[in-house]
Amino acid sequence: MTQETIVGLLVSVLEFGTLLYLAALGETIAEKAGVLNLGVEGMMAVGAMASFWIGAETGNPWLALLFAVVVTAAFSLIHGLASVVIGADQVVSGLALTILGLGLAAFFGQSLALTTVLSTARFSALDLGPLSDIPWIGETLFSIDALSWLALSLGAVTWFVLTRTRMGLSLRAVGESAATADAAGTKVAATRLTAVAIGGGFAGAAGTYLSLVLSPGWSEGATGGLGWIAVALVIFGAWKPGRVLFGSLLFGGLIALGPRLQTFRCQDGEDIACLNFDADPTLVSMLPYILTVIVLIILSVRSRNRPSIAPAAIGLAYRREER
Amino acid sequence: MTSTRKALLALLTILALVAAACGSSADTATEGTDEAETEESSEGTDGGESDVRAAFVMVAPVGDAGWNFQHDLGRQGAEAATGAETAFVENIPEGGAEFDEAVQNFIDDGFNVIFATSFGYQDATLRFAEENPDVTFEHISGFLMNDTNMGNTFGRMYQPRYIAGMAAGAATESNTIGYVAAFPIPEVIRGINAFALGVQAVNPDAVVEVNWTSTWFGIPEETAAAQALIDSGADVLSMHQDSTATGQAISEAGGTFIGYHSDMSAQVDAYLTAPVWNWTPRYSEIIEAVEAGTYTPEAWWGGMVDGVVDIEVPESSPVASEMQDVKDSILQGEFDVFDQGQVIAQDGTVIIDDGIIQTELTNPFDPDAVVASEGDEIHDGVLLNMNFFVDNVVGEIG
Repeated sequence: MTQETIVGLLVSVLEFGTLLYLAALGETIAEKAGVLNLGVEGMMAVGAMASFWIGAETGNPWLALLFAVVVTAAFSLIHGLASVVIGADQVVSGLALTILGLGLAAFFGQSLALTTVLSTARFSALDLGPLSDIPWIGETLFSIDALSWLALSLGAVTWFVLTRTRMGLSLRAVGESAATADAAGTKVAATRLTAVAIGGGFAGAAGTYLSLVLSPGWSEGATGGLGWIAVALVIFGAWKPGRVLFGSLLFGGLIALGPRLQTFRCQDGEDIACLNFDADPTLVSMLPYILTVIVLIILSVRSRNRPSIAPAAIGLAYRREER
Repeated sequence: MTSTRKALLALLTILALVAAACGSSADTATEGTDEAETEESSEGTDGGESDVRAAFVMVAPVGDAGWNFQHDLGRQGAEAATGAETAFVENIPEGGAEFDEAVQNFIDDGFNVIFATSFGYQDATLRFAEENPDVTFEHISGFLMNDTNMGNTFGRMYQPRYIAGMAAGAATESNTIGYVAAFPIPEVIRGINAFALGVQAVNPDAVVEVNWTSTWFGIPEETAAAQALIDSGADVLSMHQDSTATGQAISEAGGTFIGYHSDMSAQVDAYLTAPVWNWTPRYSEIIEAVEAGTYTPEAWWGGMVDGVVDIEVPESSPVASEMQDVKDSILQGEFDVFDQGQVIAQDGTVIIDDGIIQTELTNPFDPDAVVASEGDEIHDGVLLNMNFFVDNVVGEIG
């Protein structure tokens, strides 16, 4: 491994990590309010298609991002309507959202598959002047694009709002015990719908990252399972924005590492670290899910004698008249 | 739950199912047929009247600039050339009931030629052929056939791949060319070897580094593989995949992209050229043969001379004239990609020397089955069972 290959790996980790983080952060917010949303894969597809469409039409990435966030947030409210307002099973409704989203994105994106997007419509690296010249960090962290910085800031904002504000307290209360929150005067349905819509908006931003940064373009099936990794990440991150960030970088790292295991070879003289091992790339691509299962086991063993770390009301519909 | 709520929920479910269908086959089946019917009413515009009604079954959407896109262009081309009515369904999974459903619908509607354009359709296609002796079936990219009404068709993509390799060998400055590959099967391996031999012909110092994705279509996987190859030093990338993700990654890195399937210049900034499919001549030929009653099933493996595969020689390439010479020689039947001096495997073993096999070769899926023995002349079996990398390829099979 030379410095270039390690820097290249870290850049890839940051790219895949950012994408996963945006989606997983949104899912964290929805789940904190007690709404499991398995529609992330579909929402991400809608966001990717919508942002690529506007990006290709206008050449403005921010307009594309805004459009994708709004459209995906609105789209996610279908799940909100079904699971929060009507009280349908969250698992079924979320799965339906994924199927619906993949179908709608494929349908409305049909004419986009053969178009390309102007380079101005892509989010590119921010120019941080001398900071970018710092070895290692300059080429990796200080070379990330505007949307990645936005994702990091959103993570900090989410953490602050969830843990340090009354609004966050209400949201968490709704996710822990909707009846108690209701008695305390919190509007349960409105809070949950807001959380779902914010989660949708975040998934739309993740889709934007996919179609305007990671691999500029749109075609049916572009999300390729990244949305499901994001759902697993929330559990892995124990519903905490900071741990979810760690998990995103770890899982993003595994995605980036898989193909690199085929290219790392020991070269005389050039190496600063020499790895020469045979790892099956399919095994590496399973690792995020294996890790999630392990974390789930650890969490449930640990929570035997104390309250579960998961929001207590997750998956439960709330109807005041059934109290 | 109140009845209003139940009704709303039912509505949502239906909406979801309808949208899911939007992305798949249901509507396009009728769409294709409608379109074909319209053309039937204005029959005989250019190709003349035809009794043949040809239906195409595709594994993925036709609008993706990949494998299926080219098949749809072939369908349209054959329709224009022969005047036959055509229809298609897209997004039909391999090995599922959807394929049976789609084919049976076409047969019930009176279609008498069925083109099944994905490898995994071949067993079901053979079954349909046995059950429907009056319908002609042509399967693409497989090996099954019968004596009466089912043949198979494929193209010698390794020929334009060799020429593409020449363009890549001339374009690289780092002498590392990356190749994002799908699965380690003979078709893909043969393409990589032909490409690498083309590279070697113009640039003996360059290597072709292979990265496997284990998917035919996976934008995250292809992007990660392309980035890995770029970090490993590649400044030119090619691929055996169905998306343009490899092209997007190398565009970002400022390198050169050699595509596959179709002209991807509109989607990829770094596009130089691509070995492409062109199914129009073959589809027209089959439709005309059925029309004339002369169709006989064969295992047809056409080359550049038949027009089924092709590559555009990019004017800007420093080896454009050499590429054109090879192209002309292939078209005249004077150049065989694997019959050029020595073909040496990664471990140094000479496999082929001036068209003579130097070491025993076996079937990769059945190591006991000998494909060619020492002293044999090279034949198609050697190419169809190829399971070694030539010596300027970096990477392992599998």
